[in-house]
Amino acid sequence: MKSEESEDKQYVGFATLPNQVHRKSVKKGFDFTLMVAGESGLGKSTLVNSLFLTDLYKDRKLLNAEERINQTVEITKHTVDIEEKGVKLKLTIVDTPGFGDAVNNNECWKPITDYIDQQFEQYFRDESGLNRKNILDNRVHCCLYFIPPFGHGLRPVDVEFMKALHEKVNIVPLISKADCLTPNEVKKLKDRVRDEIEHFGIKVYQFPECDSDEEEEFKQMDKELKECTPFAVIGSNTVVEARGQRVRGRLYPWGIVEVENQSHCDFVKLRNMLIRSHMHDLKDVTCDVHYENYRAHCIQEMTSKLAQDNRTDSPLPILPLPTPDVETERLIKMKDEEVQNNHH
Amino acid sequence: MEEEMEVMEERVVEIEHPLPCLSESDTQGIIKGRDLFGYVGIEAVLDQMRRKTMKAGFEFNIMVVGQSGLGKSTLVNTLFKSKVSRKSCTPNYEEKISKTVHLQSVSHIIEEKGVKMKLTVIDTPGFGDQINNENCWEPIVKYVNEQYEKYLKEELNVNRKRRIPDTRVHCCVYFLPATGHWLRPIDVEFMRRLGKIVSIVPVIAKADTLTLEERLEFKQRIRQDLQANGIRVYPQKEYDEDAEDRILNDKIRENIPFAVVGTDKEHQVNGNKVLGRKTKWGIIEVENVAHCEFALLRDLLIRSHLQDLKDVTHNIHYETYRVKRLNESNANGLALSPLTLENGTLEKSDAESHL
Repeated sequence: MKSEESEDKQYVGFATLPNQVHRKSVKKGFDFTLMVAGESGLGKSTLVNSLFLTDLYKDRKLLNAEERINQTVEITKHTVDIEEKGVKLKLTIVDTPGFGDAVNNNECWKPITDYIDQQFEQYFRDESGLNRKNILDNRVHCCLYFIPPFGHGLRPVDVEFMKALHEKVNIVPLISKADCLTPNEVKKLKDRVRDEIEHFGIKVYQFPECDSDEEEEFKQMDKELKECTPFAVIGSNTVVEARGQRVRGRLYPWGIVEVENQSHCDFVKLRNMLIRSHMHDLKDVTCDVHYENYRAHCIQEMTSKLAQDNRTDSPLPILPLPTPDVETERLIKMKDEEVQNNHH
Repeated sequence: MEEEMEVMEERVVEIEHPLPCLSESDTQGIIKGRDLFGYVGIEAVLDQMRRKTMKAGFEFNIMVVGQSGLGKSTLVNTLFKSKVSRKSCTPNYEEKISKTVHLQSVSHIIEEKGVKMKLTVIDTPGFGDQINNENCWEPIVKYVNEQYEKYLKEELNVNRKRRIPDTRVHCCVYFLPATGHWLRPIDVEFMRRLGKIVSIVPVIAKADTLTLEERLEFKQRIRQDLQANGIRVYPQKEYDEDAEDRILNDKIRENIPFAVVGTDKEHQVNGNKVLGRKTKWGIIEVENVAHCEFALLRDLLIRSHLQDLKDVTHNIHYETYRVKRLNESNANGLALSPLTLENGTLEKSDAESHL
């Protein structure tokens, strides 16, 4: 055992590195894009509000049946800046109103897959371009998919949607409006959904394995999280008083449902997973797996298309550079001059 | 008729204070933490990040440049309190002046308080040692650009690694002999060229031959010389991100180049063991700021600006190189793009730029 004094003598100081990184990240802030998908009326907006303690949909107008007949699937975005303890988070919620609402829902997920691909494409262009200083990352980091509690498991539209998206985005399936199920019914439904997900080969988001050197408490939490999926959630826009405290909840004649009560629903688990323990991993998997797949696929397509066109001798259309703007041209001119000067 | 009223459960209270919201969709607004009813917990993201970076470990590549005998290897060993320099790692090392400048890099993994770092020290024996030192900086310039090229190729690959190995030079410590006069022509030539592609930290080596007054005057003259020749050393004024950084970095800029003394020997001073050089007229304590500025250099390089050095290399120097390369390849009509890099090989371009 070294004495403290001699340990100090050996102290170089690069152990401060994590703090240096920390300081820079706090200054820069984080961003996160969350998509919510599922039929109307499953409580998506309420859940989002409950998760991030916001009220993003205050002035929303609910459409009646007639108005919905001709409605197509839209993609809407809401952006909110949240700050807590000096940490800034730019949160973007991508909503998919109209999904699954029509009589004929064939390929109703297409606008959604197109949207996700568009964000990848935009990022690919930006990343390949000349000026990479302020790239905006609009890629979707996580998609919460709402499964109705009324059925007996996954419906065809649920299966098709998740299979269309599981290689483009991290899917986290949820059982919505779980306050209409008894504990037994919740358990049965979860087991059924888990089995069906495996049966149909749907690749939902997998929590990363815990390191062997993690604390026991963390490992236990992680285990509980994994055994609990898909999460059965309840959301609320109202505050009620229960057991002497003010909580988010829903008041029924037969009792009060508390959103943050772990024996009532898995809301807390979802929030912890999404924000407090796995946000960074969700982003990493999006960047390292989904985006890289898209990029590799894109490049290979470009290459094979060129091979087909048989024009490899003429100047190749190079990286998908954005149209040169004033900034880029100025940069190019500056660099050219520098190269000239260095030639003496 | 009077009935006994059952005591009801506590009543519902509708939303008492309006929750923060947006007035129109697609607008932005800042919602402060204290406005929220409750606590979302977003600063946990910092912990997640910290955990990940700790697991992955850090890399740092430092290059030392200067004539033989200026104490480069000793200084690096002193900085990292381990035998990390080339000399310490080569058995049967002989002090010989090499005929050409060749670069040697040695890597070590060092750990402190759970933080692992892969430290690579790039030495440049032969620099400035010949009679005719013209163009002795060229192998160094070539090396720096080669590392950028390596990284660029990895980045353009179709199947990219999750973590691209970083061999780029994050910091170049340039050793100035303690002449007390001005910068020498070789110093100007070297720093002018390399200041454009890498972060240079100039130091006055073996500063125990200068008195404090001589040291101050020397530093002033050096700073004047640097400015007169348009040489930008780290921390560069243009890259200060905000007022807080600028204040911090201005203080550093007023003090560079640091006058350093290095050693790996310990002596007893006032009952404590200190790193120092023992002479007949006293002991020069390396880590005593009254004696020399080693501690300031160490704090700058390691304890406060290590991550910043890496960021400046990645966000500025590397991007500059990348833009240049992409433009070159565009101009030549050759595709420096994922299309030609399917197998990770690059078609050689004829017009390689010369510095």
